[in-house]
Amino acid sequence: MLGKTAGGLFWMFRYLERAENTARLLETGQRMALTRTKNSAEEWGSVLKTAGVLDGYHAKYDEISKDNAVDWVLRDADNPSSIKSVIKQARDNARLVRTALTHDVWSAVNATWMQIDEVMKRRVNERDLPATLELIRQQAALVRGATLGTMLRNDIFDFTRIGTFVERADNTGRILDVKYYVLLPTAFSVGSSLDNIQWESILRSVGAGGGYRMTHGEKTRPSDIAQFLILDQRMPRSLRFCCRKIQENLSYLKKDYGFAGPSCEASNALYEKYLDQKISDIFEFGLHEYIQDFLTDLGNLSCQIEIDYRFYE
Amino acid sequence: MSDYFDEMFNGDGSLRGPYEEIGRWFNAEDASRLRAKQREAEEVFRLTGITFNVYGKAEAEERLIPFDIVPRVISAREWQRLERGIEQRVRAINAFLHDIYHRQEIVRAGRVPAEMIAGNEAFLPQMLGVSPPGQVYTHIVGVDLVRTGPDEFFVLEDNARTPSGVSYMLENRETMLKMFPELFGATNVRNVSDYPRSLRRSLAACAPTCAEGEPTVAVLTPGIYNSAYYEHAFLADHMAVELVEGHDLRVVDGRVCMRTTKGYKPIDVLYRRVDDDFLDPLNFNPDSALGVPGILDVYRAGGITITNAPGTGIADDKAIYSYMPEIVEFYTGEKPLLQNVPTWRCSDPESLSYVLDNLSDLVVKEVHGSGGYGMLIGPTASKKEISAFRDKLKSRPANYIAQPTLSLSTVPIFARSGLAPRHVDLRPFVLVSPEGIKITPGGLTRVALKKGSLVVNSSQGGGTKDTWVLED
Repeated sequence: MLGKTAGGLFWMFRYLERAENTARLLETGQRMALTRTKNSAEEWGSVLKTAGVLDGYHAKYDEISKDNAVDWVLRDADNPSSIKSVIKQARDNARLVRTALTHDVWSAVNATWMQIDEVMKRRVNERDLPATLELIRQQAALVRGATLGTMLRNDIFDFTRIGTFVERADNTGRILDVKYYVLLPTAFSVGSSLDNIQWESILRSVGAGGGYRMTHGEKTRPSDIAQFLILDQRMPRSLRFCCRKIQENLSYLKKDYGFAGPSCEASNALYEKYLDQKISDIFEFGLHEYIQDFLTDLGNLSCQIEIDYRFYE
Repeated sequence: MSDYFDEMFNGDGSLRGPYEEIGRWFNAEDASRLRAKQREAEEVFRLTGITFNVYGKAEAEERLIPFDIVPRVISAREWQRLERGIEQRVRAINAFLHDIYHRQEIVRAGRVPAEMIAGNEAFLPQMLGVSPPGQVYTHIVGVDLVRTGPDEFFVLEDNARTPSGVSYMLENRETMLKMFPELFGATNVRNVSDYPRSLRRSLAACAPTCAEGEPTVAVLTPGIYNSAYYEHAFLADHMAVELVEGHDLRVVDGRVCMRTTKGYKPIDVLYRRVDDDFLDPLNFNPDSALGVPGILDVYRAGGITITNAPGTGIADDKAIYSYMPEIVEFYTGEKPLLQNVPTWRCSDPESLSYVLDNLSDLVVKEVHGSGGYGMLIGPTASKKEISAFRDKLKSRPANYIAQPTLSLSTVPIFARSGLAPRHVDLRPFVLVSPEGIKITPGGLTRVALKKGSLVVNSSQGGGTKDTWVLED
């Protein structure tokens, strides 16, 4: 396989994953804003920060308003991480690697772009926002389904998975990075409805409300939430789950190719350093520092994968 | 009745032989069902991404080439004639290319003037003395044919550089098979779907001697914003070979290699869809980011086969075109089976003055132009356009040729009002290798969708049709 193709697959699936996660983030943001009339600007600021697009937003707008924030995250062409931009990039990458994709996967991505492009021709008003976000999630599910159902389990598939889980780990990490203070023991003012809303919003933004209840019951406790999002091995968006998948797929490549670059070892090291421990140790170390270090190391791993498999010249 | 030859209907409105089944089918069909099918076909094209990018428009603007559901039918007898004529012509073109890059016998014999070769932009001095494997220069040719009567076919252009459109030939057939399977049961239409396999075989047969085992073939594309990118990906996909861009390639140890996840791997045959100019920044356009630095040196040393060979443009140059009857005779010793359209070379003062006097009746084309850009169609041009063109022509006469406006044949399209005749041309696809010349029974029929229009180019509002060659 061409190095460029491996890179195209990696990024195609990173972008698709990002689109889905950003949609979920907007959903949560809107819900928070509905539940709390005060401080809506603060909530949207936190959405922008989590999506990593706050600086760009401020370059364009002075104040944070709901409408502008939604538009910026949803469809602004000046925002390279807007949902519309990333779906466009996913589709461009899919065109680039067209020969590596099945017909089903390609048409699912192409149809996704065509629909999103149509829906996002003009500003999406509040009334239409839920349906638009739902469309994004449905389309993401469609592409994933086509991928799992029709692609050979070979190196092509491995790169799609690595891209998916690097992005997902990064997204879950960012949510924790922005909201970590809500989960700190000092914030254990248990019982206040404000906290419950905050905690639930964290779970909601990774689509994990149901899974959490199945695992920990109906009581939301910050340390359980942290445990669930970081260390749970069955929760498909937890850091542990994502890192395990990255490790596995890199090891498949190693087996397939008969060699491995430093990234394979780095993925093992990442897992050992951050995920072979108890949640109490993480709190003791400092949740915020832990998350920030993790995101840095994850970024380095991603760069090493690019080098090892010759994505670029 | 019209002055044009209609391929489906006789002057009295009766069906011509090859169209009997189609005519019967069409009459029995409900127009609204057909319209729904037509829309369905466009949806399939859009979803599959069978689009082309329009140059000069906003980046990434992708358009569909309109598809018309009424097939264009060619009888077995007609096809046999075309096949023989095309084969003769393609053989002559390859002999001509070999000759002008070696001894130039045709110039010595005085059949083609020396300045037509040496002074020609498409002539590549770097190719002098180079002999590609099997002496094949034009591995893939798309000959543009037009028809003016029952037995009158003309060659309009020999696309010997990087002809495109073959993916439409294949997708149009797939679409028809999906939408109207019943039609194929009733008629003996020859199959075209083997093309990608034949192409791969044909390319592999041209591998250089340094190739080990099964030759490694790759398709070189300028990238996803190129107007024919869909086709490049389609062909690579169906041949099961890599689709590469210039930045995937580099010269390593005298071979052109592609950067794979496992390291650099040599390519034996490169089917390039990049023009000569952009192929090698060291040897040609230094600003090109589309090519591979040094590839021409590897090529000259026999380390890779480039298809089509660099420098083939000289053979489909519109000025050389006017010499094709001489060229065919010179190399085959036979009379040309397919006619040329009479052509005035504006470099010749007498011709120029004739052309200037008759601009409103002629079609004037740039010698190196393609895609219907930069041409004048006298009969439909305004006075202002003609006078502007007159100035261009006078300032650079050698840059132009002129031809009479041909009465192109028509085939009906399914228009709003029902069947309506529109002008068509035909581009059959030819594969050349040391194993022989192979012509896929079919081709791309382009149709001018606007009533009365003679311009079939997709960039100028043309559409396509499925092309049926009938079995004997």
